Amino acid sequence: MKAGRKDKAAIGVETVGMTMRFGAFTALDNVSIKVKAGSFHALLGENGAGKSTLVKCIMGFYHPTSGQIMIEGREVEIPDPRTAHAHGLGMVYQHFTLVPSLTAAENLVISRDDAPEMIDWRRENDNLESFMETMPFRVPLNQPVNRLAAGEKQKLELLKQLYLGRRFLILDEPTSVLTPAEADELLGMVRGLTETGALTVLMISHKFREVTAFADEVSVLRRGSFVGGGKVSDLDHADMAAMMIGEKELQKTAERFGAVGEPILTVNKVRASDRSGLKSIRIEDLTIRAGEIVGIAGVSGNGQMELMEILAGQRPYSAGEIRVENEPFSATRAEAREFHVRYLPEEPLRNACAPRMSVTENLAFRTFDVNDAGKTRFWIDRGRMGEAARELIAAFKVKTASPESPIESLSGGNVQRAVLARELTGEVDLLIISNPCFGLDFSAVAEIRARIMTARNAGAAVLLISEDLDEILELSDRVLVMSEGAIVYQTPIAQASVAEIGKHMAGHA
Amino acid sequence: MSVDLASGAGSETAFREWLEKAARNAEGFVIPVGALVAGLAVFGAFLLFLGKSPFDFYALVYKAGFGTAFSWENTLSRTAPLLLAALCVALPARLGLVVIGGEGAIVLGGVAAGAFAMFAPDLPGPAGMVGMALFAACAGGIWIGLAGALRHLRGVNETISSLLMAYIAIAIMNHLVEGPFRDPASLNKPSTAPLAESWRIGSIPGFDVHWGLAVGVVACIVSWVLIERTSWGFAARIAGGNVRAAQVQGLPVGRLIIGFTALGGAFAGIAGMIEVAAVHGSANGSLAAGYGYTGILIAFLARHNPLAIIPVAMLLAGFEASSGLVQRRMDLPDATVLVLQGFVFVAILLSDTLYGRFKLFQPELWSRS
Repeated sequence: MKAGRKDKAAIGVETVGMTMRFGAFTALDNVSIKVKAGSFHALLGENGAGKSTLVKCIMGFYHPTSGQIMIEGREVEIPDPRTAHAHGLGMVYQHFTLVPSLTAAENLVISRDDAPEMIDWRRENDNLESFMETMPFRVPLNQPVNRLAAGEKQKLELLKQLYLGRRFLILDEPTSVLTPAEADELLGMVRGLTETGALTVLMISHKFREVTAFADEVSVLRRGSFVGGGKVSDLDHADMAAMMIGEKELQKTAERFGAVGEPILTVNKVRASDRSGLKSIRIEDLTIRAGEIVGIAGVSGNGQMELMEILAGQRPYSAGEIRVENEPFSATRAEAREFHVRYLPEEPLRNACAPRMSVTENLAFRTFDVNDAGKTRFWIDRGRMGEAARELIAAFKVKTASPESPIESLSGGNVQRAVLARELTGEVDLLIISNPCFGLDFSAVAEIRARIMTARNAGAAVLLISEDLDEILELSDRVLVMSEGAIVYQTPIAQASVAEIGKHMAGHA
Repeated sequence: MSVDLASGAGSETAFREWLEKAARNAEGFVIPVGALVAGLAVFGAFLLFLGKSPFDFYALVYKAGFGTAFSWENTLSRTAPLLLAALCVALPARLGLVVIGGEGAIVLGGVAAGAFAMFAPDLPGPAGMVGMALFAACAGGIWIGLAGALRHLRGVNETISSLLMAYIAIAIMNHLVEGPFRDPASLNKPSTAPLAESWRIGSIPGFDVHWGLAVGVVACIVSWVLIERTSWGFAARIAGGNVRAAQVQGLPVGRLIIGFTALGGAFAGIAGMIEVAAVHGSANGSLAAGYGYTGILIAFLARHNPLAIIPVAMLLAGFEASSGLVQRRMDLPDATVLVLQGFVFVAILLSDTLYGRFKLFQPELWSRS
């Protein structure tokens, strides 16, 4: 460490034995990482690996259960974000935190803690001009922020942090809303700032390419633990993927039987736009047959969510065709009923339940408008609804205070059990699932996976979209990898290699 | 503790379930009533500040609204349009929409009824009434349904569009009754031609309240049945509870939104027709009497439950019925009752933050032995 640095220079930050528990769940387990002053450090990990928790501890949003933070080798207490700012720590979030209707200059000035009650714009503008002189890049100061492109906005976020005198910056997936060209430009500038010794950067990323191209060092988290790291120059993508995903053996999969049958779902040359509207989703050919589970692996945000929405009829597509049992399928209630198509969206409380309606009512969503003969009915039958709910609650062991409790009062695992109970009863020909076990405890996970396997063994075609590679490897008969909105790799489970899958997930074959 | 349902429910379990249910349901009753009382108390303080006695005021309100057979008749006559106006808020609310422009549907419903009478004056009485009601329901239904359609198809905020459309509706009414539909004989107050005596809605035998009250009560009961007992109502509640879940289930969310807003608007339109056929005798500016706005307050107080709307509408109608007497006896301006409504409304809106805050109402408290 250099001594006698001037006030503007970058600072180094170190976490020592950082542990964070939420109830029984350990989000961070004894994590020690060292980010040297003036370095560009990348933090890699799968979803839920603890990256966000770690940086929230550094920024004072969370109070770690144990462990210390050292700044420039001295132990400091960071009880809140304000203290972190006072130490020169700052954070740029995945999404913009600028006021869209104000100009860049106004955004900068009002973000200061000591912004005056009366703003002397002439003086402020002069100050801003001379500040911009010292910066390696510029952003138009007098345009409203909503007229700036995404890349410019992200640059302005960065400028704001520098303007506020931050000397250690956490970037939380800063390029997720940028095009590749904008991303390269932004990260190049960040790299330039670290090279001049003005800034230390800790960047959360999913993208190996960015890490290799711009970072000096990398730390990898998995399931809340530090699992490795080092100089980027010593590591290749496969090493990093192996650390991120783990040296996992292909798990002994649950018992499978039955033969693969006819194609049930076929998706042919479908085109749609993604959430940001900037990139496209392109599914050339996806076929799921009866009696198989097809797993789609991929790093979060590569179009899996959009694929789920397209299949569920929630996202329009501009070209291509979706067929179920060789008939065109547009995911209406009547079609879903006729072809026995069921959906299990991720975060079931948010996407598959009406939180304030009772468990009984939520269990009836699929069947309230049909009678025993399968004809639609006008009057609902409360008595039968209650009876059916009692049976399902017992059969799927849903723990609830009463069938009349609002479903939001249930734990996550029990909400998912209730949704499974609703969707997996009766004949199921096609089951479309997204991240079914996200955020659930261990026992619920095992049980829910067993239910999915049972549906497969009973002859259902299952499409499993998951960001949890363990889950994909445990359940799938075939593994597909989605990257940048397209399916880029496919392999039968018998030939699957974690390293190969990891490389395709990282976007580099 | 969870109840093991597989092993069969004993009587103790049944009792506990009953307690839980009572606790759950009590919250939806105690909080609005508490908010109502709080609103009345704050208004009392306001009266003290003006140098008037709140006790005299409430005694007078009671007397003028509910004290005598005559005051009950007055109150109940005012209840009829309020019931229907409140449904125009409550039905879309079950889909998660906040529609506050029922006034527009009432006004257009009244004009449509007056217009029907002008163009088909030779029909016999009952056919005329049915025709007026149909016209009024269509006018109101299209008007509020349009706000629903704008919401679904174009993402326009239905609260704002319905409110602004109410002003447009009032302007249309003024244009029509002062222009094309004006009865030349109406000199001081431009109106449509007076209805034939056989077209007028009469009183319910035995007391001096017109049949509109019965129509309103039936509409509330029908709405309750629709929401609680039919598959359409159930689908609407799913869409109101979580629109994403409704989409994944393949429910026709757009049709539900447009259908329920149009139905609410149709009820408000019929309220306008009843005002014309039972009270005013012709369509004129008196239609914009603010029933649509009082209906918002009633629907929120009733937590959008159509059956609860019936008593709440009576209470608010009683307040309105008392405004004349309050004005004369206590020397308060007649807007006083509006101020009172405002206080109650603010209290109701504030009380919305209290749900789930009281341990007493949590079923878990009662499920433990």
